[in-house]
Amino acid sequence: MKLFTFLRGEAFARGIHPPEHKGTAGMPITRVPFAPRLIVPLSQNVGRPAKPIVKVGQEVLRGQPLAQADGFVSVPHHAPVSGVVEAIRLNPTSGGLWTESVIIRALPGSPQSVEWEEPQDLDNVDDSGLIAAVQRTGIVGLGGGVFPTHAKLRVPKEFPVDTLVVNGCECEPYLTSDHRIMVERAKDIMKGIAMSRRLLKNPRAIIGVEDNKPDAVEALRAALPPGGEITVESVPTKYPQGAGEMLIKTLLNREVPPDARSYSVGAYVQNVATLAYMGALAPRGRGFIERVITVAGNAVARPGNYLVPMGTPLRFLLDYVGAPEAGVEVIFGGPMMGQAVACLDAPITKGVSGILVFRARDLEAPSTKKSFPCIKCGKCVESCPMGLNPSTLGMLAAKRQYDTMADHYRLGACFECGTCSYVCPANIPLVQQFRVAKQVLRGKPEKAA
Amino acid sequence: MSVEIRSAPHIKADSGVVKIMRNVVWSLLPICAFYIWQYGISALASLVVVTAACLAAEEFFLRLGRQSGDLGDWSATITGILLALTLPAGFPLWMGAVAGFVAIGLGKAIFGGIGHNLFNPALVGRGFVQAAFPTAIATYTPSFMPGRFSEFIPSSLALPFMTPADTTAWAASHLDGVSSATPLARWKFEGVLASNWDLLTSLSGHLAVGPSPLLILACGAYLAWRGYLDWRIPAAVLGSAALLAAALYPLNPQHFPEPGFVLFSGGLMLGAVYMATDMVTSPVTPRGMWVYGALIGALTVIIRYSGGLPEGVMYAILIGNAATPMIERVTQPPAFGTAPTKETKA
Repeated sequence: MKLFTFLRGEAFARGIHPPEHKGTAGMPITRVPFAPRLIVPLSQNVGRPAKPIVKVGQEVLRGQPLAQADGFVSVPHHAPVSGVVEAIRLNPTSGGLWTESVIIRALPGSPQSVEWEEPQDLDNVDDSGLIAAVQRTGIVGLGGGVFPTHAKLRVPKEFPVDTLVVNGCECEPYLTSDHRIMVERAKDIMKGIAMSRRLLKNPRAIIGVEDNKPDAVEALRAALPPGGEITVESVPTKYPQGAGEMLIKTLLNREVPPDARSYSVGAYVQNVATLAYMGALAPRGRGFIERVITVAGNAVARPGNYLVPMGTPLRFLLDYVGAPEAGVEVIFGGPMMGQAVACLDAPITKGVSGILVFRARDLEAPSTKKSFPCIKCGKCVESCPMGLNPSTLGMLAAKRQYDTMADHYRLGACFECGTCSYVCPANIPLVQQFRVAKQVLRGKPEKAA
Repeated sequence: MSVEIRSAPHIKADSGVVKIMRNVVWSLLPICAFYIWQYGISALASLVVVTAACLAAEEFFLRLGRQSGDLGDWSATITGILLALTLPAGFPLWMGAVAGFVAIGLGKAIFGGIGHNLFNPALVGRGFVQAAFPTAIATYTPSFMPGRFSEFIPSSLALPFMTPADTTAWAASHLDGVSSATPLARWKFEGVLASNWDLLTSLSGHLAVGPSPLLILACGAYLAWRGYLDWRIPAAVLGSAALLAAALYPLNPQHFPEPGFVLFSGGLMLGAVYMATDMVTSPVTPRGMWVYGALIGALTVIIRYSGGLPEGVMYAILIGNAATPMIERVTQPPAFGTAPTKETKA
């Protein structure tokens, strides 16, 4: 395998090798019990919020639609538990914003089997029928993008896709949920790939898996359908290999131009978990009501890969895995790009791939350390996967020269992978400065940057 | 009851400014030890006095306020050690102290402290004393003098503002037939070349030279291996100096030395490995490092060959420092997604 990567000319340029901490990689997926009350926000994804179709006091069955999509770039949400709609009201989300949510009180006596499904004959529907079936599952990009999957499947006709790139890299430290899905649900992934390939006019498919997951490669290869249109490639373990542009570069040696989508170079990237759920749910007409989430971090007594019902309150889950609720930082996502949770009353939503809990005293985020002026060591320039110059960008940000950053130093190309902040010996919060700069520029109507 | 909220990334590489600087100091210690072995207590006193002056100046300007950094970041220590290594071992100690104070004051503090300076502070200090004390800085003594561990080189102990004692007569009285001139000065003014091997090791011949270039290379290699020094810069400096020297040599073999002499004589090795690589004053862009290093190497050869002084490394590096912002501007890394697409795999 090493020989192959060498012949292929290594992975994308630059990047980093943070400690992997994937201690949960060998832990099978286990189910989390239902919380007494589940909270389903109507807005969990990119696009318009869903419109509620249930009434307060109404009994709902597990899997029954609670809210329907409002337009094409929108998805429905389903009841994660059989119970009674207790309220439809504002509830805090992980970022601290309050959004309209459906609160369901679980029925204690219910066996909680999925009691709502409409099996589909997807072989005999046209493409728009298939896309509609995917939309009805309520699936969004589970790698963290939370863009409605069915909407992403509608690729403009002028961009022929020759390769479906299946992203099984999971390059963030600690996270192993995609890894477990590849090991345990390879068949579902193949079903999702088949559906995607059909909609993309049958391109070849390459599943890219980082070479630190040999068991996933093996499981996927064992599940491959005959024909050879789908292959599994082991790619070098390097952060951020799981970024779509980087995986395309590694597998196909194509570079997605700035401000362009991956289909402009003939590639279409989809995350393995998204495909697995699409393959499992769409043919049965089921809704996306639970997902695999890695819970880890040094404050978690029982880390693992958990099958968590959507809408489970964060506090309930923290209690279940034995994590304290004070003096900790709770992160939705991985340690490189994940977001700190501002409010523990938030529910688990569709975009959460991992939950990390770290004791505050052990945190080593750049912001906890003494910051020096930039000593121009060049480590960030040597590591930035996009070939930017974070050192100069950081100095410009400190001077609030945001326009120069965008116009001359390609700020817009930064996808906030966090590599520069990670390597910076001066502990400058570079990526945070860039987030601020982008936010300020977005607020300027006259700049299209 | 509260949760911590921090912005991503939530983890951090095991690195740091202090760690980098401390490792540079560690790597300099063998070089210092060799230097003390060469020149005895005079070298030791010079290292101590110059470094102490740098630290005192750093502390003074920190107390004045509005400076970044602190004594614990080791950067002033590096400046002191490097500055002492660029001075003659018998350089009057009081002049060394002046050099150290100027290095930090004019080289670093007026720019705002660590990270903000435009020029290598040690070389600013050396440049100042080169102008202020031209005789003293050109007065070298042979290495490995007998009695060097019990006796100071007489010029070391010169009183402030007094003419230092004559070291040439002192050296001649201790050891017959040795030259107090540096190999570069002997080449420039007498047309005599020292052997490359002697220059590389600095071990024999009582040469009036600094620490062994071989040792400097080894210590630099350690730093590069640990990731605290960018190998591109020394490679570019030494490579461009050697190429230019090799190109010029056939034009006038009587006058121009061969490339080996150019590489191993004077301060080129120390400059290439430890001074030109000063992170703050060198480009951050990989391509810029090559340009910057090549510029320094070429300038060194040009100044040595055509200038009035035998050595040119200091000016070459200072000019390189001055050119750094411009070099950076034209050597920004190529944007991802703009390279021509070439398929390697079906």
